[in-house]
Amino acid sequence: MLLIACPWCGPRDEAEFHYGGQAHVAYPEDPAALSDEEWARYLFFRDNPEGLFAERWSHTAGCRRWFNAVRDTATNEIHAVYRAGEPRPVIA
Amino acid sequence: MSERSERTGGAAAQPHRREGASGRVLRFRFDGREYEGLEGDTLASALLANGVRAVASSIRLGRPRGVYAAGSEEPNALVQIEEPFPEPMLQATTVELYDGLVATGLPGQGRLADRPDPARYDAVHAHCDVLVVGAGPAGIAAAGVAARAGARVILADERPEPGGSLLGTAETLDGRPGREWAAEEVAALAALPEVRVLRRTTVLGHYDDNHVIAVERRTNHLGAAAPADVARERVWRIRAGRVVLATGGHERFVAFAGNDLPGVMLAGAARTYANHYRVLPGRRAVVFTTNDSAYAAALDLADAGVEIAAIADVRQAPGEAWAARCAERGLEVLTGHVVTAAKGEGEVSSVEVASREGGQAREIPADLLLVSGGWTPVVHLFSQAGGTLRYDEELGAFTPGETRQAVEAAGFARGVRTLRACLEDGAEAGRRALAAAGFAVPAGPAVPSGTAVPSAGEEPAAAPAEHLWLVEAPGDGGDYGTHFVDLQRDVTVGEVLRAVGAGLTSVEHVKRYTTAGTAHDQGKTSGLLTGGVVAHALGVDVAELGTTTFRAPYTPVSFAALAGRDRGPLHDPVRVTAMHEWHVARGALFENVGQWKRPWYYPRRGEGPGEDPGEDMEAAVLRECRAAREDVAAMDASTLGKIDVVGPDAAVLLDRLYTNMMSTLKVGSIRYGVMCRPDGMVFDDGTVIRLADDRFLVTTTTGNAAAVLDWMEEWLQTEWPDLRVCCTSVTEQWATVALVGPRSREVLARLAPGLAVDNDSFPFMTWRDAEVAGIEARVCRISFSGELAYEINVSSWSGLALWEAVMASGEVTPYGTETMHVLRAEKGFPIVGQDTDGTVTPQDLGMEWIVSKKKADFVGKRSFARADTSRPDRKHLVGLLPEDPGVLLPEGAHLVETSALPEPPVPTLGFVTSSYRSAALGRTFALALVSGGRERVGERLYAPVGADLVPVTVTSHVLYDPEGARRDG
Repeated sequence: MLLIACPWCGPRDEAEFHYGGQAHVAYPEDPAALSDEEWARYLFFRDNPEGLFAERWSHTAGCRRWFNAVRDTATNEIHAVYRAGEPRPVIA
Repeated sequence: MSERSERTGGAAAQPHRREGASGRVLRFRFDGREYEGLEGDTLASALLANGVRAVASSIRLGRPRGVYAAGSEEPNALVQIEEPFPEPMLQATTVELYDGLVATGLPGQGRLADRPDPARYDAVHAHCDVLVVGAGPAGIAAAGVAARAGARVILADERPEPGGSLLGTAETLDGRPGREWAAEEVAALAALPEVRVLRRTTVLGHYDDNHVIAVERRTNHLGAAAPADVARERVWRIRAGRVVLATGGHERFVAFAGNDLPGVMLAGAARTYANHYRVLPGRRAVVFTTNDSAYAAALDLADAGVEIAAIADVRQAPGEAWAARCAERGLEVLTGHVVTAAKGEGEVSSVEVASREGGQAREIPADLLLVSGGWTPVVHLFSQAGGTLRYDEELGAFTPGETRQAVEAAGFARGVRTLRACLEDGAEAGRRALAAAGFAVPAGPAVPSGTAVPSAGEEPAAAPAEHLWLVEAPGDGGDYGTHFVDLQRDVTVGEVLRAVGAGLTSVEHVKRYTTAGTAHDQGKTSGLLTGGVVAHALGVDVAELGTTTFRAPYTPVSFAALAGRDRGPLHDPVRVTAMHEWHVARGALFENVGQWKRPWYYPRRGEGPGEDPGEDMEAAVLRECRAAREDVAAMDASTLGKIDVVGPDAAVLLDRLYTNMMSTLKVGSIRYGVMCRPDGMVFDDGTVIRLADDRFLVTTTTGNAAAVLDWMEEWLQTEWPDLRVCCTSVTEQWATVALVGPRSREVLARLAPGLAVDNDSFPFMTWRDAEVAGIEARVCRISFSGELAYEINVSSWSGLALWEAVMASGEVTPYGTETMHVLRAEKGFPIVGQDTDGTVTPQDLGMEWIVSKKKADFVGKRSFARADTSRPDRKHLVGLLPEDPGVLLPEGAHLVETSALPEPPVPTLGFVTSSYRSAALGRTFALALVSGGRERVGERLYAPVGADLVPVTVTSHVLYDPEGARRDG
C-alpha cells in the first residue's frame, strides 16, 4: 500500500484516497466547437506511460481535496504532490 | 492404567528420542494411531521420535513422502488438523504439538472445515522506526543496536522462540549455548519501552513504502486449551521507517533418482532434529553434500548416536578442518562422489554411491540420507519489495542487489557466511537503520550482548562449494522420472527437460509449463534447483537465467485471518432509518439498498395457530399497491440521498451538472432533474428543491448519494474552483415519510391543521414549511407513484414520532420498496441502476423533455450531438405486456424477434429491466430496454425463458394514467 503525501494533510495510507486518472485533462473551453473526434479524444483517450505520470488523487477519507501527484508507474515512487490548478513540476 | 511420569527419558514409547530429552509428555493421534511426544515438539519432530517415516503422499504420483525440512520451507509433510478444529494444508514442521492434537497426512490437498470457525481473528496497525524480520543472530544484533539507542523497534520471527539458525546448530556464544544467548538477549530487548517482539509471527508480504503484512499465531499452539477471549491469529499491518531482513537461508537438495523417498532429508534439518528436538531421524545415515555445511551436521548426528556410513562429497577437496575431524572420528569421506540413487520400498533402505569419474557404483545400507545442495538466502521479501537480485558465484545462489525502498538484508539473507560475521553484519544494519531514522549512532562494541562481545565459537575456514544441481544418472526408467526438483508439485527433471525440449528457455515459462515452484511452499527449496536444472539443460549460466518472481504471501495465510473482525454484521456498516424499530416490530422484510436496510414489504401476519398462514410477498405487495392507488399509504423514504448545495453560485453549479435548467426554479418550488456523465449517459436523478436564492436541497437515489456528492466536489475543485458553492451531505439529518394516495391530502390536513392543503394553495412540485403532528416539518408535493402524494421531512430525531403519528389512525397502509417499484414502473419512471446501466441517455429513457436546448453547455450536452447517441437502433425504455397476463417475465430475460430461436449466436434486441404484477392493471407487465423500441410499439417480441419463448407485446413505458390525471387528487 502506497504512502501518499496529501498536500493538505501529510503522509497517509493509500486506502484513504480515491484515484482520479490522468491529471491536466481540462474540460474543454467550448465543447460545441470541437469535432466529434476531438470530443472523443477528451472523453475516451488517456495516456498510459511506463514511467512518470501526472495523475489525480482525492483524499476522500480525509480532507476530501483533489490534488495531483507525479508517480513513476514502473516503481510506484511518488516524485511530487501538488495542489489542483498548480502546474506540473519538472522532475529531473 | 499405571500412573504415567510427567518426565520421560524418551523410552520405548518414542524409540527415536535421544537419551536425556525432557519435558511434559503430550498425547496425540496421527492417521488414527496414538502417539506420545514432548512439549516443545513440532508434529514433525514428534512423528520422527516415534519412527514415523511416511507422513503424507504426493499430489500427482501418490508417492509416500516424509519429513524433509525442519521449518516453513517443508515441501512434503502436509497434514490436516482434525481436532480441536479442522484446518487443512499445514506443514507438520510448523505445527507445534499440543495435548489432544488429532491430525492426518494429506495427499497434497486438504479439506475445508465442515463447521463454522469458533475462533476470533483480529488485526493491528503498527508503526515503527525499524522492523527487523527474523530473530536469528543477525536480526537480534540489528534489533539490539537500534533498540538500545531508543528507536521504536519491532522484531518479528516465525518460530516460537528466538535464535534462528542457533536453535539447530548448537553453536555457542560467550561460551553459552546460542539458544540461551538468544533467549536472554531478546528478553532484554522486549523489556525496553519502545520494543515489540512478535513471536510466532510470519512476515508474509512486503509492499510499497515499507508497508508490511505479518500474521501472528497467538493460540494455535494451545489446541483445546486456547482461551476463547484471545484472538487465534492477528494480522499486523506495519508501516516501517526502515526494514532489516534477517531472514537467513534455506538449504536446497540435489536432483538424483529417488530423492523423494521418506528417509531422504536436508542435512541441516536433521541437525536441527538431533540438537534442538533431541530426535534421531534415523539410525544409519549416508551424507551427500556439495559444501562444508553438511559435515557439521554429520558430526552432530554422529555425536547423537547416528551411525554415519559415508559422506559422499561431490568435490575433490572438502575443507581440511572438516576432513581432519571426520578422520579423527573414523567417518569415511568419499570425495568426488555422488549419490546416484536412494533405494527402498516406501522408504530409504540403501543408498547407491558412485565416483564422478565412473566405475562401479557401491550400494550402502542406510535408513537416512542427508542431502545438502548448498544454501539459498531467503530473498522473498527483498524481491517483493521491488529489490533486484544478483547471483553470488561462491554461494551458488541469488542475493539482494539494489532497491529503492528503505530496506536492507543482513546476515545470511545477503550471503554473509559465519556466525561472527552475521552478528557484526546485523549490528551494522542496525546502525544504518538508526542513522536513517535520525538517531545518534552509538559508539561501542560491534556486537552488543550485555556484558561482552560474544565470541562466536570456532568456525573452521571454509572450502568453496561446488554447485551441482543434477546427478546425471537417469535412474531405472532412464528418463529422470524420479529426480524430483519440486517435491510438492511432483515435478521431475524429466519434465523440466521436456519443457526445455519444447523450446521453453525462460524459468518463468518452465515454471508455468511444469508448475514447478507454484505449490504452497512457494518453491522455497526447489526454485533455485529448477533454475539450475534448466540452466544445465540449456548449457547456460544460472546467473543469466535469473529467478522467477517472488510474490506474497511468503507462507500460506488463512482467509479467516485476513478477514479478521470484518465478518457478518461487521463486514460492512449497516445503516437504518429513524423508523427502523417500528418496521421490525411490524414484521417488515428488509431489502439491502447499498448499506441501508429498507422495508421491502409488510406481510400481514397469520391469525391464530395453523389455519391462517398470513400473506406471501405477492399478496402483500398487491394489497399495498391497491392502498396507494385507491386509498392512502405511506413509505419510509428517509434513505434518499440529500445534499445541501449553498452559495452565491449554487444555481450556476446545478445548471452545469443537470441536463435541465435549475437557475429558473423559484424559491418554494421543486424540479425533477437528471445528471449525465460527459459521455451523455445517465448518472443519477432526483429532485431539486430551492430553499433560497443561494440554497438548494438536492435529492439523489439511495445507492448513489456518496457518488453524487463526490461528483459535485470533483467538478467544483478541479474544473470550477471559481464557483462559490459548498456541498454538504444531510442524508442522515432528515427523516422522510412519503404519504401517497387519493386520501393523502385528507390525512395530511388532519395532521397539519395549520397548512393550506388545497391544490391551489399547495400545488404539485412545491414545498411548504409546516407543523405536522406537532413537529416542525418541510412538506414537499412530489410523487414517485403518479398519485396525489406528499413527502414530509422532519429532523431524524423526530422521524419515529412522525411515522407513528401518520400510522396512529390505523387508516394508512405502510408499504415497502417492492410496492414503490411497482407503482413507479406502472408510470414508466426509471430507476437509475436498474433500468439504466451507464449506457443509457435521457433520450433513450423517453425523457427528451428534460434535456435543455437553451443552455449553452452542461455536462453531457456535447455527447448528444455524437452520431452514436442518435443511432436509430439505440435501446429505448419501453413497456412489455406478456400475452398471457399471468406470466411474470424474469428480470434480465432477453428479447428476440422470432418465435423460434435461430442457430447461435442469437441476435437479441434487448432485455427486461423491471418486471412486476400490477394490481392497477390486473396483470403482469415489464419495462425493457429494446433496440429501436419506440418504433416497435405494438410489435410482438419473444422472451426466451427456460425452454419456452414467451410472446410479449411492446407498449409505451407509461402504462398507468398516461395523462397524469391522478397526481392532483
